[in-house]
Amino acid sequence: MAYVIIGNAAAAISAVESIRKIDTKKPIILISDEPYHTYSRPLISYYLGDKVTEDTMRYRGENFYKKHNVTTYFGKKVVEIICDKKQVRLEDDTFISYDKLLIATGSKPFVPPMKGLTGKENIHTFLKLEDAVELKQKVKKDMRVVIVGAGLIGLKAAEGLHKLCDDITVVELADSVLSTILDRKAADIVQKHITQEGIKFIFNTTISEIEGETKVEKLTLQDGRVIPCDLLVVAIGVRPNVDIAQTAGIDVNRGIVVDDSMQTNIADIYAAGDVTESLDVASDTRRVLALWPNAYRQGEVAGCSMAGGDAIFDSAFAMNAIGFFGLPMITAGLVNVDETQAEQYEVQLVYDEEEKWIKKFIIKQNQLKGFILISKVDRAGIYTSLIKEGIDIRQLDRALTSDAFGLIAFSKELRAEKMLKGGRI
Amino acid sequence: MKRVYANETYCVGCKLCEIHCAVAHSESKDIIKAYKKEKIKPMPRIVVEDDMPISFALQCRHCEDAPCIKACITGAMQKGEQTGIVTNEENRCVGCWTCILVCPFGAIVRNEQGKKVAAKCDLCAEIEDTPACVKNCPNEALKYEEEGE
Repeated sequence: MAYVIIGNAAAAISAVESIRKIDTKKPIILISDEPYHTYSRPLISYYLGDKVTEDTMRYRGENFYKKHNVTTYFGKKVVEIICDKKQVRLEDDTFISYDKLLIATGSKPFVPPMKGLTGKENIHTFLKLEDAVELKQKVKKDMRVVIVGAGLIGLKAAEGLHKLCDDITVVELADSVLSTILDRKAADIVQKHITQEGIKFIFNTTISEIEGETKVEKLTLQDGRVIPCDLLVVAIGVRPNVDIAQTAGIDVNRGIVVDDSMQTNIADIYAAGDVTESLDVASDTRRVLALWPNAYRQGEVAGCSMAGGDAIFDSAFAMNAIGFFGLPMITAGLVNVDETQAEQYEVQLVYDEEEKWIKKFIIKQNQLKGFILISKVDRAGIYTSLIKEGIDIRQLDRALTSDAFGLIAFSKELRAEKMLKGGRI
Repeated sequence: MKRVYANETYCVGCKLCEIHCAVAHSESKDIIKAYKKEKIKPMPRIVVEDDMPISFALQCRHCEDAPCIKACITGAMQKGEQTGIVTNEENRCVGCWTCILVCPFGAIVRNEQGKKVAAKCDLCAEIEDTPACVKNCPNEALKYEEEGE
């Protein structure tokens, strides 16, 4: 009997590492529908921009699987989980038995139904290495590229494609970029910066029809506008890849529902990473937090639990470090306060639109609940730790917004505990 | 493992540790050449925080359970299996700053000269027995020792 892991990215790899800390013997079988050694998904835009190669995108060294005694099935898709027999079935009807199973199947692109979507070339999504490889082959300098969606994936695709073609338009249904991680003011700064690089934006609308014979030729937007398009990237969003879990009778809400040891409602079946939903402590709601660091931590807990150890996945909240055309931004937790709840929150904001920087902090009952940093991102992790640890910010004797904010703001005792881990001050 | 511990009572805030850290991580390892000749300007991986009379130096704590390693999207951030030292394999780092997002000490800095990479303390493991900051602290405010010594 073996540990069987479906998936090959952050959650899957960390589960392997975690299992092997406890159990060095029992076989691990890792199945991935992609034909590649583990690679970093967030790097696909860097691949487009020639900043990394297939080799340097590897998430772990060449000998990772051998070193951890993992048998791999690459390019094989699991089509069924047979819970009562504790088996998984692959597309080619191979059956693999598990003792403990981890579902780390990640996300898949969300492509809403659109008129004229099917049967045309040059329509792409942008999530996997394969997508980036295809895009790189297809795209030509004189093509008019349209990207639907101004979220993290859409804008990363725009950045990656920027050197490969001259004409890129981003179409977004909302009225600003990156609406999940930025507030309006921050979004305006980022959008202005990206516009200066030559990327065009169309807001408040989306595609109503894709036209063309065999290839995409033009798009009709909901507001009636018609725009030419030789290549379309659909980057509206992602959804958890829950199909095999659902048919196996595993509890799925927005994502797979797991307990704090990452076990599903079915014994010996665990789930981790973007396929799961977790409690977002910043908004106090259960939602899918499709984030690489989150996936790693969940995989670690799942692996430990599967190998019989004690581990708990505790607090999670959204956090992102990302940059576009050299403008870095780090955000975490709550980034926007609903007008109806405004009186419960205190917002501290400093910014300079010309110099393209912002620091915004959202505080509730003397605890930091979220922040947005654009450009001035140094030492952001100290703020992240304030959210995570629920530290009373009245204890801090320097303003959160100060450029000299640091551990010096903490009381001597807190600093000793936090910073020196047993050291003396 | 041995780590660098600061004693803020002895720290005078002179920032010599920053200078010597920058030099130790320069190409020439020579203070004059590093500052005068090298294309990539010397950059410290240690931060002195001060608000006189309080000051102290801070660098990577080489955490047992390092958040930066778990969060790193490329796998560049690693912990030495034998040494316990957390190092960033700079040719695999893309400068996304996810490590900066999660480091609770604010001990990782951006190096944006040339290829963007996260720069951090490596305890001078490749060059010296004792980290340059400790060796050059004029008032013994930095100690390199096992925890609890």
